[in-house]
Amino acid sequence: MPHDHHDHSPIEIDEGMPEEAQVLSEALRELLIEKGLFTADDVTKQVAAMSKRTPGNGAAIVARAWTDPDYKSRLLSNGPSAAKEMGFDIGAAQLLVVENTPDVHNVIVCTLCSCYPVLLLGPSPEWYKSKNYRKRTVNEPRAVLKEFGTELPDSMEVRVHDSTADMRYMVLPERPQGTEDWTEEKLAELVNVDALIGVSTANSPV
Amino acid sequence: MKSYHDIGGEPGGEVDQTHYEYSLWELRVDAMLRLLSSKAKVMTIDELRRGIETLGEDRYDKERYYGKWAYSIAALMVEKGHITQNELDQRIEQVRERMEASL
Repeated sequence: MPHDHHDHSPIEIDEGMPEEAQVLSEALRELLIEKGLFTADDVTKQVAAMSKRTPGNGAAIVARAWTDPDYKSRLLSNGPSAAKEMGFDIGAAQLLVVENTPDVHNVIVCTLCSCYPVLLLGPSPEWYKSKNYRKRTVNEPRAVLKEFGTELPDSMEVRVHDSTADMRYMVLPERPQGTEDWTEEKLAELVNVDALIGVSTANSPV
Repeated sequence: MKSYHDIGGEPGGEVDQTHYEYSLWELRVDAMLRLLSSKAKVMTIDELRRGIETLGEDRYDKERYYGKWAYSIAALMVEKGHITQNELDQRIEQVRERMEASL
């Protein structure tokens, strides 16, 4: 009974005329509900579920890896199962966690589109999907990182990982010095989305 | 020949780091893709990408992230026969009238 789910709830408009894509997406949502492909409630629940996927999940994983060497090796050998251990189910998606060391810095891009561990971290920042980031990160990563305030010594190797829909990456940043006796919870606060993508390092303790 | 989405390694300008907060309609497009691919299983992520890569360069450059998705999903649903182009066009008009009336 698809028509039972017909939903004409008010449409939120920020200001002025709606974008064409907004109009199209609303038309699509209504039609696909009527055709029985999903319900309005499915969409609402899915939006709510996605809102729980945030960079904070990645930060919690990083903090655990910093404090538990066995967890760190499980994380580096099997990202999805280590994520699940922390209560983050990313389904069938692949996730490769790459570790920064004093000699190697990792950074992630998707040159062809915008692949990203969205089921763990939520939608990526807008700049990650921008053409300039996608164009430049593979051949001038140091210049891109500098724009994000990250200057790496020449002696440090930079590894750029180009993602696909079948292989998504997350960076395990280096643990900042001076945090030896910190709790996992406190350590997680040092890790933001930029560090998980690798355009920056974890924040230093203030 | 290289397609318009295949841009890795090209020269480019400074990365615009301005924060952008998604609107509800954009989050719903994300939700629709997940439901159509994982629950209804009528399309795949690879098909979404194929749709984005055949939007044409003008639309590709003009639309933000979830705008591209919306056009790709719409084209795929028509192609697969879940909706007709005619139904979609009519509904777009109705939605537009409703939105404009509520302004």
